[in-house]
Amino acid sequence: MTAQDFIQIFLFFALLIGLTPVLGNYMYTVFTGKKHIMLPVFGWLEKLAYKSCGIDPAEETNWKSYTFGLLMFNLIGFIFVFLMQLFQAHLPLNPANLPNVSWHSAFNTAVSFMTNTNWQGYAGETTLSYFVQMLGLTVQNFVSAATGIAVLLALIRGISRKTTDKLGNFWTDLTRSTLYILLPLSILFAVVLVGQGVVQNFKTYETVQTLQGAPQIIPMGPAASQIVIKQLGTNGGGFFNANSSHPFENPTPLSNFLEMLSILLIPAALTYTYGKMVGSTRQGWTIFTAMMILFVAGLSISLCAEYSANPIFGHLHLMEGKETRFGITNSILWSTATTSASSGSVNAMHDSLSPIAGMIAMINIMLGEVIFGGVGAGLYGIIIFIIITVFIAGLMVGRTPEYLGKKIEAFEVQMAIIAVLAPNLVIQLFSAWASVSSYGLSSLNNAGPHGLSEILYAYSSAAGNNGSAFAGLNANTVFYNLTLGFGMLIGRFGIIIPVLAIAGTMAKKKITPLSAGTFRTDNWLFIGLLIAVILIIGGLTHFPALSLGPVMEHLQMNSGVTF
Amino acid sequence: MSTKQYTGLFNKKILLKAVKDSVIKLNPALLIKNPVIFIVAIGSLLTTIVVIAGIFQGSFSSFNLQIAIWLWFTVLFANFSEAIAEGRGKAQADSLRKNRTQTIAHKIVGKQEVPVIATELRKGDIVICKTGEVIPSDGEVIEGIASVDESAITGESAPVIRESGGDRSAVTGGTKVISDWILIRIIAEPGNTFIDQMIALVEGAKRHKTPNEIALSILLSGLSIIFFLVVVTLPAYFGYSLKASGLPMSQNLTIPILIALLVCLIPTTIGALLSAIGISGMDRLIQRNVIATSGRAIEAAGDVDVLLLDKTGTITLGNRMATDFIPADDVTVEELADAAQLSSLSDETPEGRSIVILAKEKFNIRGREVHQLNATFIPFTAQSRMSGVDYKTNEGIINRIRKGSSESIRTFIQNNNGFYPQGIQNIVSELARQGATPLVVAENAKVLGVIHLKDIVKGGIKQRFAELRKMGIKTVMITGDNPLTAAAIAAEAGVDDFMAEATPEDKLRRIREEQANGHLVGMIGDGTNDAPALAQADIGIAMNSGTQAAREAGNMVDLDSNPTKLIEVVGVGKQLLMTRGSLTTFSIANDVAKYFAIIPAIAVSLYSVKKGVGPLSILNIMHLGSPQSAILSAVIFNAIIIILLVPLALKGVRYRPVSAIVALTRNLLIFGLGGILAPFIGIKLIDILINL
Repeated sequence: MTAQDFIQIFLFFALLIGLTPVLGNYMYTVFTGKKHIMLPVFGWLEKLAYKSCGIDPAEETNWKSYTFGLLMFNLIGFIFVFLMQLFQAHLPLNPANLPNVSWHSAFNTAVSFMTNTNWQGYAGETTLSYFVQMLGLTVQNFVSAATGIAVLLALIRGISRKTTDKLGNFWTDLTRSTLYILLPLSILFAVVLVGQGVVQNFKTYETVQTLQGAPQIIPMGPAASQIVIKQLGTNGGGFFNANSSHPFENPTPLSNFLEMLSILLIPAALTYTYGKMVGSTRQGWTIFTAMMILFVAGLSISLCAEYSANPIFGHLHLMEGKETRFGITNSILWSTATTSASSGSVNAMHDSLSPIAGMIAMINIMLGEVIFGGVGAGLYGIIIFIIITVFIAGLMVGRTPEYLGKKIEAFEVQMAIIAVLAPNLVIQLFSAWASVSSYGLSSLNNAGPHGLSEILYAYSSAAGNNGSAFAGLNANTVFYNLTLGFGMLIGRFGIIIPVLAIAGTMAKKKITPLSAGTFRTDNWLFIGLLIAVILIIGGLTHFPALSLGPVMEHLQMNSGVTF
Repeated sequence: MSTKQYTGLFNKKILLKAVKDSVIKLNPALLIKNPVIFIVAIGSLLTTIVVIAGIFQGSFSSFNLQIAIWLWFTVLFANFSEAIAEGRGKAQADSLRKNRTQTIAHKIVGKQEVPVIATELRKGDIVICKTGEVIPSDGEVIEGIASVDESAITGESAPVIRESGGDRSAVTGGTKVISDWILIRIIAEPGNTFIDQMIALVEGAKRHKTPNEIALSILLSGLSIIFFLVVVTLPAYFGYSLKASGLPMSQNLTIPILIALLVCLIPTTIGALLSAIGISGMDRLIQRNVIATSGRAIEAAGDVDVLLLDKTGTITLGNRMATDFIPADDVTVEELADAAQLSSLSDETPEGRSIVILAKEKFNIRGREVHQLNATFIPFTAQSRMSGVDYKTNEGIINRIRKGSSESIRTFIQNNNGFYPQGIQNIVSELARQGATPLVVAENAKVLGVIHLKDIVKGGIKQRFAELRKMGIKTVMITGDNPLTAAAIAAEAGVDDFMAEATPEDKLRRIREEQANGHLVGMIGDGTNDAPALAQADIGIAMNSGTQAAREAGNMVDLDSNPTKLIEVVGVGKQLLMTRGSLTTFSIANDVAKYFAIIPAIAVSLYSVKKGVGPLSILNIMHLGSPQSAILSAVIFNAIIIILLVPLALKGVRYRPVSAIVALTRNLLIFGLGGILAPFIGIKLIDILINL
């Protein structure tokens, strides 16, 4: 690594840490209904939205109504995207005359974008029209991120309120997150990206003569607007198949830096918002620190793995599949960020990472997408782990477990376990199924342990709502489209519903005041405990599979065997 | 009651019974109550079937047999830990019954007084209670009038008058007659008393899981499901890897190996010990002579963060002590002390004795033999409300010294045509205003002065409150005293807050307020007055000497009727929760080492390049002898650790009153870090033994 690499990594973290309280505080003012700078700009739009939909923004609901509203909204979103794809040939804005999408691919894509996963079994430029990309996918990029924030807000209210069953209003949470947070940030970033050279047009694909004289089709489209939200909303679904390694998505080192930063920006800032909303910014920074430690650890291990010599070729750092324009450090920083934060956008191919770096990417996802994680989703995901940590270790201070004054009882434990179990169920069962069935194995590009890693990665990515892939796997088959589709649904709503249920019961409880006898959840000891619980639960669950996949591959690579 | 009898963990009788019970508990209907152990039992059964089927197919595997045996031992050890905890509980209940208070009552049969044991009194029996005797059971006064010290019940140190007829006729077992005598008709049946019901509860082992236990069981079951998933899917990954390494499918993982892995991963240690921890928590309370009506109450005790403590008996000694002599204008303090001492020489009440002691300490006035002075002791009676001596002076005049309340002495003086000075009245008022008890001393027609009787704060109580504060527990002193006195005593004792002139309604309101603010409140009480507050409190400890209403309202009963118990009960609750948490942490932390034993063992042949040793053998960081011994060692460790931890589960982890952070750090180091390291050492040792 060069000094430049270190400077860039330093800048990255400095900006991330610096922006966390700034954006976090702004979001706090938005979510708590205080006055903020965007109110004069989009306030009329918010009012218009409520008026046209007949929503009373002051009306609050219990967790069941909140959940019902959320599920219905997502279902409708799914149906729209699904139908749009099935009939895209008959819809406008299709200059490349792309045909209708197959039902299983349409199902997979609709689920994928609704669940904030953005797993792409298809190639954007050869499959979807501008119409579907803009009105289907980009809209879902916004609202799926806003849905994650809404779930988080309900959970925060459940934790910070007492003896009530009101968790807020799903529609206002959704509207405010979209209008005041995602939209302004997107506009700002989109303008910058367009300035850097990201395309944004409705032109038909251009055919040019290459230097060799062969014709090449250059795809066009409204890319910048979708790329911005795919980064900010931890969606990750690229406009083009090559995602952010495509020069029209990610043209310059500056655009690369900003796109990387925008992956983690909102999830990181939400920890600060959380702290403010529960009445102690220390609580927020504690979570931030735990996430940051896991992130830095993953990044360091991956960088070491990539920069150490490959014993087969003897080269330092292999560039095949990496982001050749920006180098190893930028490839790895991106891969760590995108897998930590359930984004799934890529600038390097994860299939080409060294076994250990690939394993870290996979582990980041397998741990439950809680290292910053998805927008909203990462934070409510780590709160599930906090509940489990508090429950296991909290007893050791001689009191029944409590978090922020709320007693953790049988129901919360049950829901937390379901939330941990849901994604693991997908990863374990579907991966096992794929690794023994002919329709699972026929999609593999690689043999040996790396093939197993490809399968594991795919289902981890679906279950964690990440969306990135070990691209060696041909996933656009009926089997993969369906199993991955259901995997994404279970991984998304198998967590959201228990989280909202926890919010519901937590809101009804009293708050035990803080005392010297309280199990503290805002110190270094707790950070260590939380990290240990996340690593042990994740590690115990996935160690056998990982040891047969990437660990085996790494050991074989060191002894000179490849597949 | 004697506790030595069963503190010996390895009492032969209990041990033998526990061994027998652990086999009886193999009954599936009983096993299913413990999901984690039930899974182990099913695994043991499956492995056994595999072994037997192997014999019939002529391919006996001694490795599988050994796995099966150790799996069965795991189940038996789990049963044993529960059985031994139950056995100890039963032994304690027996002992409790035997050692019940053996108060001797004087039963009236015809015209005779017959001494009988209090517990043999039946409803309707008539007993006589004289000065200094403890009233044997709840009853009603049918004849006589007496002053009764009910401080153990009401918290009031001043004696109360109990007489036949009217609403002052009820007496409570455990209270003490201070003067005169009364005839009492017993109103409680033997064998059907509150304590008897409690013993039945302890013995019946009708233990329901407590809320936290249920929650923990859910967590353990959830972890078991996750590990079940891991184990069930492993043959698929394994099959894939076998194919990729060109090995035959017949080398795939066998059922006994998968079950061994599953059993090692699911939290068997805490699963096995969970109910033993709960039962022994109940036992530890009984050892302190406290009986809880439910396990839930013990858990809540650990959570209590506000304690309402009665001043009398908890914070101050139950009786007042003389601290000062304040003479009248023309009397020297020595004269007063001398007269006060003389009047108290035969006074056996604690107050009387404290006067004698004070006189000796302050003025070195030695004890005198009353009969040498030819003196007659006039005891305190409910009618006269004063006590003293009559003695002949050298001049042959009968000198009468009296001490008592200012009203009774005023009457005494006036009857002797004396004058009750205003100065004395002022002193009396001032002392009363401070909440102390002024005792006026008179000689014939002359008032000599006032004895200052004061509440004495118990030694060491201040330090105890400081400890409670460190643990985050707030103490509130409840007293009938006026605010000024209450504040003085509160400051001296170091409580966080106090309630003066507290009525039962005040207590109830205070508890509700604290609860509304999210606190859990513990209190100890006994009077009928206390019943609503006891019922409202999260932990209500009724004193055994208290009224039936109070006992029914509380969720614990203190057989010793010692108000300080509340603090101990909180400790027992905390220790129970700490033990549960520590062993859970230990159990989960154990898994790390087991993985490092089993995974390299089962995957050693995959992708092998030479002599069947594949790349994953590098994970065998413990350098275990062979794949089979590695798996076996892990299973054996998993079983044996249960037995090794039984004493800890029964005794509880070490408990000291420290802050949450200190307690957590300590337990984490021992059980978290220890939980990761211990199995590495244990498995390696077992592996060495196996390979000898």
